[in-house]
Amino acid sequence: MLTPETRKYTGSVGAGLERKLSWPQRLHVDIPLLCALVVLLIFGLMVLYSATNQSVPEMRRQLYFTGVAFVMMFGIAQFDVRWLRNWAPWMFLGGVLLLVAVLVFGEVTNGARRWLNFPGLPRFQPSEVMKILVPLTVASYLSRKMMPPSFWHLCISLVIIGVPVILIAKQPDLGTALLITVAGVFVLLLAGIRWKWVMIVLMVALMAAPALWVFYMDDYQKNRIHTFVDPEREPLGAGWNIIQSKTAIGSGGVNGKGWLKGVQSRLDFLPEGHTDFIVAVLAEEFGLVGILFLLSLYVVIIGRALYIAGVAQDLFSRLLAGSLALTFFVYVFVNIGMVSGLLPVVGVPLPLVSLGGTSIISLMAGFGILMSIHTHRTVRIGY
Amino acid sequence: MTERHILKDHNQERRLFLSRLFIGAGIAVVLVFTLIARMVYLQVSEHAYYYTTKSDSYRIHTLPIAPNRGRIYDRNGILLAENKPSYFLTVIKENAKDLNASLGLLADLIRLSPEEVDKLRVRLKRRAVPFSPVQVRQNLSEVDIANIAVNQFRLPGFAIEAQLARHYPQGELMAHALGYIGSMSEEELKTVDPVNYEGTDGIGKMGVEKFYENTLHGTVGYEQVEKNASGRIMQILSRTDPVAGKDIVLYLDSKLQKAASEALADFRGGVVVLDPQNGGVMAMVSKPSFDPNLFIGGISRADYAKLNNNKEDTPLFNRALGKYSPGSTIKPFLGLGALDTGIRTREYAISDPGHFQLDGSSHVYHDWTWWHNRSGHDVVSLEKAIYVSCDTYFYDLATDMDIDVMHDFLSRFGFGRNASLDIPQASTGVLPSRKWKKEAMGQPWYEGETVNSAIGQGYTEVTPMQLATAAMLMANHGKWHQPAMIKRIGLDGEDINHPSTYPDIKLNNEDDWNFLVNAMTEVVHKNTGGAFNTGTAYKAIIANNKMPIAYTMAGKSGTAQVAELTADHKNGDAVDEDDKDNALFIAFAPASDPKIAVAVYVEHGAGGSGVAGPIARQILDAYLVGADGQLKPEFRPKSPPAPALISSTDP
Repeated sequence: MLTPETRKYTGSVGAGLERKLSWPQRLHVDIPLLCALVVLLIFGLMVLYSATNQSVPEMRRQLYFTGVAFVMMFGIAQFDVRWLRNWAPWMFLGGVLLLVAVLVFGEVTNGARRWLNFPGLPRFQPSEVMKILVPLTVASYLSRKMMPPSFWHLCISLVIIGVPVILIAKQPDLGTALLITVAGVFVLLLAGIRWKWVMIVLMVALMAAPALWVFYMDDYQKNRIHTFVDPEREPLGAGWNIIQSKTAIGSGGVNGKGWLKGVQSRLDFLPEGHTDFIVAVLAEEFGLVGILFLLSLYVVIIGRALYIAGVAQDLFSRLLAGSLALTFFVYVFVNIGMVSGLLPVVGVPLPLVSLGGTSIISLMAGFGILMSIHTHRTVRIGY
Repeated sequence: MTERHILKDHNQERRLFLSRLFIGAGIAVVLVFTLIARMVYLQVSEHAYYYTTKSDSYRIHTLPIAPNRGRIYDRNGILLAENKPSYFLTVIKENAKDLNASLGLLADLIRLSPEEVDKLRVRLKRRAVPFSPVQVRQNLSEVDIANIAVNQFRLPGFAIEAQLARHYPQGELMAHALGYIGSMSEEELKTVDPVNYEGTDGIGKMGVEKFYENTLHGTVGYEQVEKNASGRIMQILSRTDPVAGKDIVLYLDSKLQKAASEALADFRGGVVVLDPQNGGVMAMVSKPSFDPNLFIGGISRADYAKLNNNKEDTPLFNRALGKYSPGSTIKPFLGLGALDTGIRTREYAISDPGHFQLDGSSHVYHDWTWWHNRSGHDVVSLEKAIYVSCDTYFYDLATDMDIDVMHDFLSRFGFGRNASLDIPQASTGVLPSRKWKKEAMGQPWYEGETVNSAIGQGYTEVTPMQLATAAMLMANHGKWHQPAMIKRIGLDGEDINHPSTYPDIKLNNEDDWNFLVNAMTEVVHKNTGGAFNTGTAYKAIIANNKMPIAYTMAGKSGTAQVAELTADHKNGDAVDEDDKDNALFIAFAPASDPKIAVAVYVEHGAGGSGVAGPIARQILDAYLVGADGQLKPEFRPKSPPAPALISSTDP
C-alpha cells in the first residue's frame, strides 16, 4: 500500500511533486468542503440553541459530539481510500456481526433494539456504521468487475445490501434500513446498471406496495401515511407535528421572527423541534432567507462532494464518493420535505443540524472519506 | 456492448459514471428547487394565513365554556335537579416539576389512592395537546381544598378549579323518574355535536335527563384567552357567553312520589301514577332505588359494584317500567272486550264449579278459590266475575273470544307497546297473539295458552306504566292521553299539549264503560258478608282501614304466579320469599270523576288485594284526601254528585 509517508521515502513517480504539496493536501483536508461544513455546523448550533430553549447542557453535548466528529473526519482522511477498499469485505463482515450482536444483546429503547453497550466502550448504533460500510463494500466489490455490472454482479451487490438491511429492519429501524438501501442502490446506479433492470425493480416494488401495506406495515406506519395525506384528520393526534411545523414555517415569512424569537418552539408547541423538526424552528426564526442560506450551504457541500466524485481517479473512489454525496442529499431532501409537508413523516434528522451525536459522527466520517479520496491522488489535477 | 466487457475500458467506465452522476446531480437540482418552491409557498404565499390565524392561535387559545344545564322542577315548582358548584383538582403535566413527588404528597393530603393515580396516568397519556389541564380528582371536600391550598407551593402545576355539577336534592326518591347524568362514554361522544359538547363531560344517561338532553344541555360558549409559555392565562381577549339549557317542569308531584314510595315501604316493586286529564306521570317509583348523585362525575367502582351485584334488589332496574304478568288486573279490559265484541252479554252467567276444562283435554284449570274451598263462585255473571275475580268465568270467556281477538282489543289500551311520549326506556311488554308466537318462538298457538292468558298469566307481560295507562283509559271512558313526564319547558312556559297518536277507544255501546267502572268499584266497595261474594279488595282496603274512605275507588287486583306452587302451599303453608306471587293493583278515583289513576306492582307481595290494594289506597288518599279526612275541595264535584254507581254497597 502506498501511503504518502512510504511514497516519500521510496521515491515513486510522483516523488518530485510531493514536496510542492500545499498544507491542506498534506493534512488531507479539502478546504471548500471544510469551510462549508464549519459554517453549516455553526449555523446549526445557533438554531439548535434556540430550539432547545437555550439549553446549555444540550449545547455542550452537541459541541462535544461535533468535536469528536471532526477528529473522526480528520482521522479517516489520513487513510488512503485504497486501504479502505481492500479492507472493505472484512469491515463489512465485522459490521454484520455487530448487527447480529445487536439483535442478541442489544439494548431496548422505545421498543426497538438498536444500541450496543459493551462495557468499556461508548454506547453506539452499529446501523450507523453500516451507512458507510454498505456503499463502501458494494463499491469495493464492483470496482474489481467490468462496468456496467453484469446481472450476476448485480445480484451479489444486492445481497451485500440486503443482509444488513434485513438485520436493521428487524430491530426495527425501517428508516435507517431504507436509507442504507438508498446508499447501496446509488452505487449500483452510478456503476451504470442497465435502466431496464431499474425499471423492473421499480415495477416489482410498485406492485408489492399494497401487499406491504396490508401484511407488513405496523399501524403507526400506516398512520403516518394517513396523516401525510390528511394532517387535519387528527389535528391533536398524529397530525399535530405536521400542522405545527407548517405553521411555524409559514409564520416565519421572508425575514423570520429573529433568532430566539420563534413562538412555536418557545412555547413548546412544536415537539421534536430540536431533532427531526428543527428546520421548522429555523424557518420560523430566520424565514425564507435562512432557508435559502441553509440550502445553499447544502448545495455547496453536495456540489463539492459530487465534484470530488467526478474527478476521482479510480472507479472505487468515484462510486463511493458519488454514493456518499447523493445519500447526503437524500437526507436533506427527505428531512426538509417531511417537515414542510411534502413527504410523510419518517424519522430522518436534518444532517449536521439536528441534535444527535451518532448521526453527526457518521456523516463526518463520510466527509473524511471524501477528503481522503480527494487528497490521496497519484496524479494531480487542479481544482 | 459485450465487447466492452472483454477489456476493462477505464475511459468508457468513467464516461458511464459521469453520465450517471450528472443525472443524479440534475435530479438533485430539481428537488432542491422543489424544496425552495415549497418554502416560498409556505413562507410567502401562505404567510399571511399562517401568521395571522394559525400561529397566533397557539398563543391565543379558545376555551369552551360549558353551558349551565337546565334545572328540573316538579309540577309544584319544587327542584328535582339543580347545579351546584363543585371543586376539582387538575394538573398541567408540563408545569409539574416532579409529578411523582407531588402525587406522593397528595396521597397524604387528600388520600389520593393508587387506583386514582393509575387512572390519572392513563388520562395524562391520552392527552394530546400540550399544556392542557388533566383532572386529578373531582368533588373535592372543603378539607381537601384547604389542604391543597396550604401546600400549593409544593404542588407546582396543580390547580383547583370550580364548575357547576349536577345535584339531585331528592336523591333516591326521584332516581328512576328523573334518571341521572354521568361521564360521557366514547359511544355517546359520537352521538353528540362535538363542538357543542366541548367542555361538557356529563350527559343524560337515563330517564328525563337522557330524553331531554338537547333541551337541558344548552349551547356552548367560548372565551378567547392569551396564554404564556407555561399555559397560564394572561388575559381574556373576548367572550361569547354560553346559552344555558332550558329548565323543564315535569308532571311529577314530589309529595305524591314520596307518598307512593312510603306506601311501598320495604317491598320491592314499582308504582306509576297518572293524571287522567292529561296523561302526566305524577309519580313513578321503583324500589329499591339508588342515589343518582353517585353518578355525577363518574361513579366509583365500589359503588357501582354495590348497585350491580345485588341480584335480588337490582336497584338500577326501574320496576315501574319492567314487564310482569298482569294476573287478574287484565280482567276488566278483557271483560269490556267481550261485551264490545258481543261474545258476552252483561246477563250471561255461568255456574262456577271452581275449575275449568277444555273440550277434549284432561288438563284442569282451577279457580283461585279452589285452594281455599272447593265450592267455586256459584252463579257468576261478568259483573261478579270482575269483583270476585272469578277465573273460571274468564277461562270460558277467553276460550270463546280467541287469543287474536283478545290481542286486538287489548292493544287499543296500549298493551304490547310503549305508548309513552318521553319514556323510551319503558318495556313494551308482551301481548301475545298467534302472529306474535309464530314470530317470537316459531310455534303455533295452543288453545290452553288462551286459557292462561285469560287470567293474565302465560306469555302476557305488562308494565306498571301500561297498567296505569289502561286504568286511566278505563277512568276516561276510552279517552287517550299518552303518558308523559314533561309538563312544560321553562318555569313560566305554557303547558305542552301533546295530542295523542293513539285513537280514543270507541265502544259499540258506550254505556259498557259505566258497567265496567261499576264492576271495578265493587272490587273495592262491595260487601255482602260472604267470603267469596264480597269484592276481593273490600277487606284489605275498606274493612281493615281505620279511616273511612272519602271517595269511591275503582280498582282491580291481580296476583300473578311466579313459581308453580303445590296444593299445600296454596292452602297456606309457608312459601319461600322468592316463590311468592307478585301482587298487583290498578285503581282510579273518584270513580265518577277520576283525578288519579294508579298501578301498583309489589314483587313477591303474595296478594294483589291484600298487599297491593292498601298501597294503592294509601297513594290515592295522599293525593285526594285533605288533613280533615275529606276529599280535598279541588276534587269535589262542582255539580251535585251523580247518582250513586254502587247499587249494592252495603255500608
